[in-house]
Amino acid sequence: MSPRTMFDKIWQAHQVVPETVDTPAVLYVDLHLVHEVTSPQAFALLGARGLRVRRPDRTLATLDHSTPTDADELFGRVPMRDAAAAGQIAALQRNAAAAGIELLDIGDRRRGIVHVIGPELGATQPGSVIVCGDSHTSTHGACGALAFGIGTTEVGHVLATQCLLQRKPRTLAVNVAGKLGAGVTAKDLVLAIIGRLGVAGGTGQVIEYRGAAVRALTMDERMTVCNMSIEAGARAGMIAPDATTFEYLRGRPRAPAGADWERAVAAWSELPTDAGATFDREMSLDAAGIEPMISFGTNPAMVCPVGGSVPGRDDPSYRKALVYMGFAPGERLAGKPVDVVFIGSCTNSRLSDLRAAAALLRGRRVAAGIRLLVVPGSETVRRAAEAEGLAAVFTAAGGEWREPGCSMCLGMNGDLAAPGQYVVSTSNRNFEGRQGAGVRTLLASPATAAAAAIAGCIADPREFATREE
Amino acid sequence: MEPFRRLRSRTVVLPATDIDTDQIIPARYLTTTGREGLGRHLFAGWRYAGDGTPLADFPLNRPQAAGCAILVAGRNFGCGSSREHAAWALYDYGIRVVISSEIADIFRSNALKNGLLPILVDEPLHAWLLAHPGADLEIDLEGNRLLLPDGQAVTFAIEPFARYCLLQGVDELGHLLAQLPRIEAFERETAR
Repeated sequence: MSPRTMFDKIWQAHQVVPETVDTPAVLYVDLHLVHEVTSPQAFALLGARGLRVRRPDRTLATLDHSTPTDADELFGRVPMRDAAAAGQIAALQRNAAAAGIELLDIGDRRRGIVHVIGPELGATQPGSVIVCGDSHTSTHGACGALAFGIGTTEVGHVLATQCLLQRKPRTLAVNVAGKLGAGVTAKDLVLAIIGRLGVAGGTGQVIEYRGAAVRALTMDERMTVCNMSIEAGARAGMIAPDATTFEYLRGRPRAPAGADWERAVAAWSELPTDAGATFDREMSLDAAGIEPMISFGTNPAMVCPVGGSVPGRDDPSYRKALVYMGFAPGERLAGKPVDVVFIGSCTNSRLSDLRAAAALLRGRRVAAGIRLLVVPGSETVRRAAEAEGLAAVFTAAGGEWREPGCSMCLGMNGDLAAPGQYVVSTSNRNFEGRQGAGVRTLLASPATAAAAAIAGCIADPREFATREE
Repeated sequence: MEPFRRLRSRTVVLPATDIDTDQIIPARYLTTTGREGLGRHLFAGWRYAGDGTPLADFPLNRPQAAGCAILVAGRNFGCGSSREHAAWALYDYGIRVVISSEIADIFRSNALKNGLLPILVDEPLHAWLLAHPGADLEIDLEGNRLLLPDGQAVTFAIEPFARYCLLQGVDELGHLLAQLPRIEAFERETAR
């Protein structure tokens, strides 16, 4: 057989019916993740057609998007601020129970952001096809899966048939040579990649991240990189499984065990792209040249180093973005005052992200007038962060330590900033109004976010000594 | 789904590039469990002032945009979130065709499943359409062509299966359900 990419291997292994000129492929889905916002209309579609959820055993539901991160609201001690959000949560509770789908409900020790819990539970496995009605499903590609976001109609298709109709995307290799510098993180790497590719550079393509700098990343870091593939327009992002992947998955609740584990590792070891396989397109960059990055505009490709200046460009949409942000071309970003710092989201809410932020915040105080929200990605992350004293670091610094959920990444649950405020956010999107009407989002790593919280302005995290416990 | 065969309409133009789905419909309107009535929230952040009054200079609010079913948008329309609410909101508002030089993958897929036709055009035609709001266009899906006001016909590409579903007014689920015997066989063969 001719050399194949990892994407080709996974695609071919899941083709129930190959595509023809007239019809897309029928692609099998191993794991369907469901949350409260993009599923109610899909369950309604099944009801209207008299269909049942075909494989509840391959479906896993959680509550994250419109779910409160305020403990009193979450646990019903006070009414939820948004009655519609409460209705959406109740709808998933009803739909999951009726279909026999496992729901990581409020109070469940495993509940969390859908893209945090999949890998955490070992449900995300190499070689799988994983879908969810959420564009950041690309996160799961960090484990060597083909994982992509779908719309609600397609959520209905998967619930009813466990399959999707799909045209085969093209492949894009992003080769990252060298080594990230001290104090430069996976978030900085992916922001730099998106800056190079542009927000539509990956349209119609699946990215495989390759090269020495990618191999050196931990699993949490790989998830941060794959998570933001969609911000370059790509359907999915993936990283070949290796010893790092296997060590991460070993012993997780849904990972294979015993003899099954050995068989699984042997099969997963066949997944990486064969030598000599070709991609439709390749892009290369050197990790050594990457600085801590921050966004200055209203899409995730509008990024520059934290020590840099706002670039100028003669384009009406670009100028409009700068007007929205209150920035001028040539303006230096370091020292610009900020109002809110948000550490969380499916991009950067894992234990290692919280450790990175705590390393800067330990023994320091948030600057006067700054609101710091820290939102763990899951109950598992929350418990671990509390056990090792990270939560205490955040609260001692003057920050809010909240319950797990998507929170201020998209502000569906009432976690919003005020018009005109600047938010340094470890999330994935800096779109206009994303974190509240008129709010200006600055995307950055947990370390850069922590530095901004301490300094009260955009700052280079490398200028702050980190303090280990 | 209503069949889509031919449509004649004037265009309304939003020239901004990279219009993301948070602009098409902000997340605060996604707490619904239905899909109806989202048109009133379409482009809410750009269309209304903070107190809810329509902003007169927003293209959709201009009198000449009333009844326009064709939206011409800047490059890379519909990027960002997978929310199908974006396609539902456009359709509910009365938009039936979105034309751009690039349209994001998930939005395009969602649009096609809801009777909303995304059309990709080349840069020169895109530039002309952006510069001529209110142009009277005819979209002929049976002939895969777009007729310009001067009568010139331009062909456009569309995924054949989505085209078939639009022309017939059927959804894709029927085709997928017809594959169930093969899906079951696949599950047996691969021990799923």
